[in-house]
Amino acid sequence: MCGIAGLIYRDGARNIGGEMTAMLQALKHRGPDSTGFAVYGEPGPNEYIMRFKVAEQEDLGRGTKIRRAIAERKAAVDGLLKELGVAVLDLDEPTEYANRYRISYDGDMKDLADQMEEIEGTEILSIGSALELVKDLGDAADVSGAYDLGGFRGTHGIGHTRMATESDVDIRSAHPYWAYPYNDIAVVHNGQITNYWLMRRQLERSGQRFVSNCDSELLAVYTAVNLEKGMSLEDSLERSIHEIDGVFTYLITTRNELGMAKDTMAAKPMVLYEADDMVALASEEVAIRAIIPHEIDTTDPYDEEVRVWQA
Amino acid sequence: MAGVNESVSTQMGMHTEPLTGRDIKTKFTLRNEGGFAYHFARDVDFNRRAEIDCAELEPSEINRKIRDLMDSGHGSIVLRNPGAKHSLIVGILNRMNFIVEGSLGYFGCGLLDGPNVRISGRVGWSFGENMMAGVCVIEKNAGSTFGAALRGGDLVCKGSVGSRTGIDQKGGTIIVGGDTGAFSGFMMQRGRIVVCGNAGKNLGDSMYDGTIYIGGEIQDLGVDAVPAELTDLDRAWLTRKLAMYELLPEKGVDHFTKIVAGKQLWSYDNLEPTERKLVL
Repeated sequence: MCGIAGLIYRDGARNIGGEMTAMLQALKHRGPDSTGFAVYGEPGPNEYIMRFKVAEQEDLGRGTKIRRAIAERKAAVDGLLKELGVAVLDLDEPTEYANRYRISYDGDMKDLADQMEEIEGTEILSIGSALELVKDLGDAADVSGAYDLGGFRGTHGIGHTRMATESDVDIRSAHPYWAYPYNDIAVVHNGQITNYWLMRRQLERSGQRFVSNCDSELLAVYTAVNLEKGMSLEDSLERSIHEIDGVFTYLITTRNELGMAKDTMAAKPMVLYEADDMVALASEEVAIRAIIPHEIDTTDPYDEEVRVWQA
Repeated sequence: MAGVNESVSTQMGMHTEPLTGRDIKTKFTLRNEGGFAYHFARDVDFNRRAEIDCAELEPSEINRKIRDLMDSGHGSIVLRNPGAKHSLIVGILNRMNFIVEGSLGYFGCGLLDGPNVRISGRVGWSFGENMMAGVCVIEKNAGSTFGAALRGGDLVCKGSVGSRTGIDQKGGTIIVGGDTGAFSGFMMQRGRIVVCGNAGKNLGDSMYDGTIYIGGEIQDLGVDAVPAELTDLDRAWLTRKLAMYELLPEKGVDHFTKIVAGKQLWSYDNLEPTERKLVL
């Protein structure tokens, strides 16, 4: 039982960070283990935001060695970026192990991502011109506070509060998942995927990379492969309902879209509110109420339902 | 006294469908000392009205407040700003009134026996679960598993409901003004489901007994759910029930499709493997 939420504004940027924090905090009871946000700001020209971590939160309890290792890993990342000709425009360290770099780079993004992840303990959380992906252990208010998301302005975002059932409680297994190495695509999921290993092996044979044993990561990789083939987001969502087994409801965002898909059994909840200027979705209406206090009409999407909204 | 109880429950549709099942019939026999008034029921006055502002309260605090008001004799309670909070108005075993000005979250109005509830907003998953008697009317939409394991009373949603409506229903009536999702009436054992709009796939899957009436399109029927002829008694009952909740379509009720159990699964255990394939 995890909680997922999504929000998209059709008429320009709002305080998406603050609103997503309020929605996810209202869903805390659905999963207290970790919280994650994928929010989309206003992109700068030829710039990318890269968020990566060089250790897990739990590693910090292992004495001074880990701090030395963190410093070494960061130095290795900086060295690599310099070597590849990546210009770091500014950098920020919200926590000891997490980093946010604003970069300018013309080369192959997959090559950059692959080389960075070769550095021990380093994992890229996201690269995108608009996407910023933040995830950590704790509830929405803790994570949003630590990463200063409270006033983040953007057009759309998705988020997740996790109750770990299939894999560990760590950042690696926390949602959202970025569709490595494709810019600006993120996924949150509530459910269980029962043909996970079968599909993972197929995707791995075709060269895709998985960093966790969390079944939700499959959705990100699966969608990324489909989009790379030129499929539209809507077609990929439609297809996933029949190719992926299990019970699931998931949300996916690209640079200007928010999509939703529900399995054939409609076993996982989703409440939808649609207005002219915005769309809000969440596992429970109480999350939507956290940002819209007045009376509204909400609906439950049915089984096999797929929806896509544009920012 | 026994006669009074039995006639009230019969009027509410609890004992109108004799089951031919093996031992189910004995389980549902009314005991003379049963009925709707529990020995611990509060002595409430319908004309004493109280309001609760739920905005700053936790669900457990709201439910405690409801009980405090019942203890002090209030028979009509209004909930303001419920904010889609979960598990409100549960386990109420009194005849009394509730008016909800807004929406409820999950597991609202579960385990009721007696009250009348009116909700101006929407309700979340598993609304009215295990209700034994009473009436709940929802003006907007409802989530999935609406009226799961309902045992008696009327559960009315004027909008559309999610999937698995009336799963495991054991009595009572569920009325939906709009559409219902997949697996509605799954494993229902008695009672009635009325849907004025369309029904999703696997309608009435593995139902043991009971009746489903659909006013719109049916995506497909589940295992062992079969169409049946709409009788005059059905028409009269549908007209009376739908009119009662202002949901009677202008064109009447003749277009409703009636679905019942084929009862091929009843002696499933005794079938040969080849016969099982035929049934499924």
